[in-house]
Amino acid sequence: MTTSALRPPEGAPPRSSTARRASRRHRSWREALEGWGFVAPALVIVLGLTVFPGVWAFLLSFQKWDGFSDPISVGTGNYRDMIADPELQGAVAHTAIYTVLFVPASVLLGLFLAVALNRRIRFIGLYRTAIFVPFVASAAATGILTTYLFSPQFGLINNVLRVVGLPEQGWLEDRHEAMVVITIMSLWGQAAFTTVIYLAALQDVPGDVVEAARIDGANSWQIFWRVVWPQLAPVTVFVGIYQTLQAIQLFDLVYTTTRGGPLEATQTIVYYLWKVAFQNLQFGYGSAVAYGLFFVTLLVTIAVAVYSRKSGREAF
Amino acid sequence: MSVEAPILPSTPLANAGGVVHPPAPSARARRRKLPFSGWHFLLVPVAFLFLLPFVEMFLTSVEPASEINKFPPAFIPSHFTLDGYQKLFEQSDILHWLLNTAIVSASAIASHLVLCSLAGYGFARLKFPGRSFGFLAILATIMVPTQLLMIPTYIMFARLGLVDHLSAAIVPWLASAFGIFLMRQFFLSLPAELEEAGLIDGCTRLQVFFRIVLPLAKPALATLAIFTLLGSWNDLVWPLIAINNDHAFTLQLGLTNFQGTRRTEWSLLMAGNVIATLPLILFFLAAQKQFVATMTFAGLKG
Repeated sequence: MTTSALRPPEGAPPRSSTARRASRRHRSWREALEGWGFVAPALVIVLGLTVFPGVWAFLLSFQKWDGFSDPISVGTGNYRDMIADPELQGAVAHTAIYTVLFVPASVLLGLFLAVALNRRIRFIGLYRTAIFVPFVASAAATGILTTYLFSPQFGLINNVLRVVGLPEQGWLEDRHEAMVVITIMSLWGQAAFTTVIYLAALQDVPGDVVEAARIDGANSWQIFWRVVWPQLAPVTVFVGIYQTLQAIQLFDLVYTTTRGGPLEATQTIVYYLWKVAFQNLQFGYGSAVAYGLFFVTLLVTIAVAVYSRKSGREAF
Repeated sequence: MSVEAPILPSTPLANAGGVVHPPAPSARARRRKLPFSGWHFLLVPVAFLFLLPFVEMFLTSVEPASEINKFPPAFIPSHFTLDGYQKLFEQSDILHWLLNTAIVSASAIASHLVLCSLAGYGFARLKFPGRSFGFLAILATIMVPTQLLMIPTYIMFARLGLVDHLSAAIVPWLASAFGIFLMRQFFLSLPAELEEAGLIDGCTRLQVFFRIVLPLAKPALATLAIFTLLGSWNDLVWPLIAINNDHAFTLQLGLTNFQGTRRTEWSLLMAGNVIATLPLILFFLAAQKQFVATMTFAGLKG
């Protein structure tokens, strides 16, 4: 089979209509095979690892199952249990605290760093590298660093406090402070992301608009908040929603620092989900919690999308 | 000292805004032109704070244990020692875990580059029944959080006999919706004329793909490789679920477990941390531009 048979060169003698129809059918069949040949391997892997387990998790969420004995159908029992589960309510509250701490801080930090880095001055490359490089640190590495830096006795942070005469803190061992520490170290690792997004957006702000404001006598502060900041609104909506979804799914850094402690103060929804499923082997109940979480994230996304469309901002 | 100013991505993917930089003057001329700026007073302490954890990590890894654990602790070691590394090699399988992670990441990258670029090309260029539906299905899976899939995937892998083998860590990284999407967007931005010329000259689609299209796709492939490297190298939750056998531990999983048993042996832990983080830091320093492009694209995918 050669390609020239598929694409007759111009000026080729016209063939009879039956032959043409047959060749067209042949061609479309061949094109279909070719197209699917290109996409099928990746498609099978991606869909096989999402659609199949996704549907299975939905079915599991109506069962009681430990993975060994026969599953028992419990109808909506798991979902009803969720509403009355105090540990889950605690996990939701802790996740909410983290989200409220992390999302605004990461958006503002990213904006601030992007503004600071968006200029041509000496060593700017070094500054950028320093701020971006923590992005490659894994949760495992960050966790070990966190427990060391914030160790009440040996940690650098408490020693600095001691030297400047401030009271030392319990940090990860204090249930009121542990989530703050996790937030700080998440910001350290993630700041690069929001910064890079804002940097790209800042470079897209039209220069003539800024110039016009300057000619009208606006100072830098006014230019930023009255001219640049409104231009960044779609990016802010996007970054906010993205970071919210990240925050709701916090697991790694909790696992590598506090394992949900002290006194469950850092037990997030996904940490609880992991514990229920893989420590207690409650696969049915775990799946219900996972679906609950999925619907919450879906609602957040839809709500923000609808809101941003209504207010005339194109976030996506 | 290099004074490279904008390191923002200039791949066709990320440069949608079309920032045009004037031709760069020679480094020396530019340096003379750059005035001193008050922003240095802000950026120096900020950069210091961001680097501090890494500096601490490195210093602690070469500090004698007696100095770390005395009170108040010394943060600058009086002399360098490799005791921490030596003990780490004796008391853990860290090199084996490193090898495991290298295998996982290398397979993930190789598989991602081949499968996602093939699929991305198929969705961008070829016409076949079911194309739109297939692509929509791929896009929809981006919305599904991994937590939703952990339990059934674990059961599935257990039944297939993959659990506790390194392959359990590899299989989920063979291809991704994000990778397919990224490559499709890139191929859509390429002009189709070159490929058509190749087809008329008698190349098959696969030949066109490998000889004409892929060499043009290097920026997108670099983005994809970095995305896959970061994700597969640093993944913790899935190996934690699927691998309980310390022979198949990945680096991150081994390190986390090791931390659980050696709470305060800081020089060992930090030595492990250096080994786990240094490869990516070096990679980042060597290819910062591509890393930033990857982050930008990951951000714009929504």
